[in-house]
Amino acid sequence: MNITELREHLCEVYPDLCPLFSIEFGDGVLVVDCDRLFSAASNLKDLGFDRLGMVTAVDRPTHLELVYRLHSRSMSAAIFLKCTVDRESPVAHSLVDLWPAALWQEREVYDMFGIVFEAHPDLRRILLPEEWEGYPLRKDYSDRRVIRRPDYI
Amino acid sequence: MGLTVESRECIETPEGGVVEELVVNIGPSHPSTHGVCRVIAHLDGEIVTRAEPVIGYLHRGIEKMAENRTYLQVVPLTDRLDYVGSMYANWAYCRAVERLAGIRVPERAEYLRVVVCELQRIASHMMSIGSAAADSGAATMFIYAFDQRERIIELFEALCGARLTYNYVRPGGVSFDLPDGWTETALDFCRTHREALNEMDRLYFGNVITRGRLKGVGVLSADDAVAWGASGPVARGSGVNWDLRKHDTYSVYPRFDFDVPTGSNGDCYDRTRVRLYECYESCRIVEQALAQMEPGPIRTSGMPRLLAPRPGDAYDHIESARGSLGVYLVSDGSVRPYRMKVRSPAFCNLALLPMLAEGHMLSDLVVILGSLDPVFGEVDR
Repeated sequence: MNITELREHLCEVYPDLCPLFSIEFGDGVLVVDCDRLFSAASNLKDLGFDRLGMVTAVDRPTHLELVYRLHSRSMSAAIFLKCTVDRESPVAHSLVDLWPAALWQEREVYDMFGIVFEAHPDLRRILLPEEWEGYPLRKDYSDRRVIRRPDYI
Repeated sequence: MGLTVESRECIETPEGGVVEELVVNIGPSHPSTHGVCRVIAHLDGEIVTRAEPVIGYLHRGIEKMAENRTYLQVVPLTDRLDYVGSMYANWAYCRAVERLAGIRVPERAEYLRVVVCELQRIASHMMSIGSAAADSGAATMFIYAFDQRERIIELFEALCGARLTYNYVRPGGVSFDLPDGWTETALDFCRTHREALNEMDRLYFGNVITRGRLKGVGVLSADDAVAWGASGPVARGSGVNWDLRKHDTYSVYPRFDFDVPTGSNGDCYDRTRVRLYECYESCRIVEQALAQMEPGPIRTSGMPRLLAPRPGDAYDHIESARGSLGVYLVSDGSVRPYRMKVRSPAFCNLALLPMLAEGHMLSDLVVILGSLDPVFGEVDR
């Protein structure tokens, strides 16, 4: 299924998600409010997106952006599901109930960005030690070991 | 410290009996953990009641380091992700950069990428099968498999000078063309490799002890494989017919005739044997690619020394030896990536370990870990 067919199919089944859909670099992107994240994800799961490929986050200048990449084997299509999380009190609802694949990947996002996932059964740091301070992949993270490479340009 | 007893505790069962729970710490440096993985195993006698992998011992912050380098400077970092399959991470990263910056790759470069990546798949699977065999006590198999791997590494050394971290695939092409006589050596390898695979299949998978150790151990159902995001031979061993080369095809793969081997039981035996059969298919692809390859440029002309893609984010993935390896790149229009995320198949596959190990013997835990084939450079990043 190509990207325009996916858009038509999505708009047909879930008209309320339709205006939130856009296309970027050939991939479908669905940007939702964070309180609608879980319901949008379960809608997409019902639509046939059976695999959760990737969970990550991006520290944008004003907010944190949570990114899920879903994949459908039956439609052979992929879609990004994004939501905006407040930097100061980053909370989102976990998708572990829909895909257990989120179990470790959401732990990693918590570890690196400090986004707290509600209803996650085991939200602990995963790559860094439990007593680590700060969230390294945030842009304002400072550590004397992070050395900015000089500009040679 | 290898294997240590952490605690002994008496637990009352609901039936009123008392069992002694033994907590054993395996690793982080233990010969059977394939790198630096620590597993905390809760045991009832010899049966694992709970196994908890503790990872992060090899975390180098590659995603953070990438934010501080130009797009070209990140390529050597990707070598260090999956250090037994560096070509894959190179390629996945370069595909994401090419998608972001709109770079077209010459056809010969695409063929060269396919050839090196299929050889890399064989090398990586040989490493995986060999070390999984050594874990279950079959040391001979380890030597046989490493002999095959060594021949591929020699081919790579002739191609780009490096034996482990190749830095071969670059945005816009590859770094070197094939040296004289390389094609003949590679074809000769494919011929003899098939015979070696036949021998290994008989020696290891036909062995009654191997069957006893691997069959029915660590069974993963197809539904669980999909729900847990498993990919590569781990998912295909459970009968999930899912290979990005075939089902979400990229590069020049549609031009080749090859099959996707799948298992049916989802146990350690099927997962490991799928890897062996994939080596036959990789040989087929290498032979077809070398036959179809036309002379031509191996790099896009007019590539700027400093790439500054337009703002946006792009994701691209390839089928690595461990599964779908994806790279998610975010650009803010500057010469450095704003964010790089590596979707590591080994990380997602390792998350299955607690589920698979539960109810098995402690010695099976080691076999299950070997059949998941984690490489900790990629798990921990």
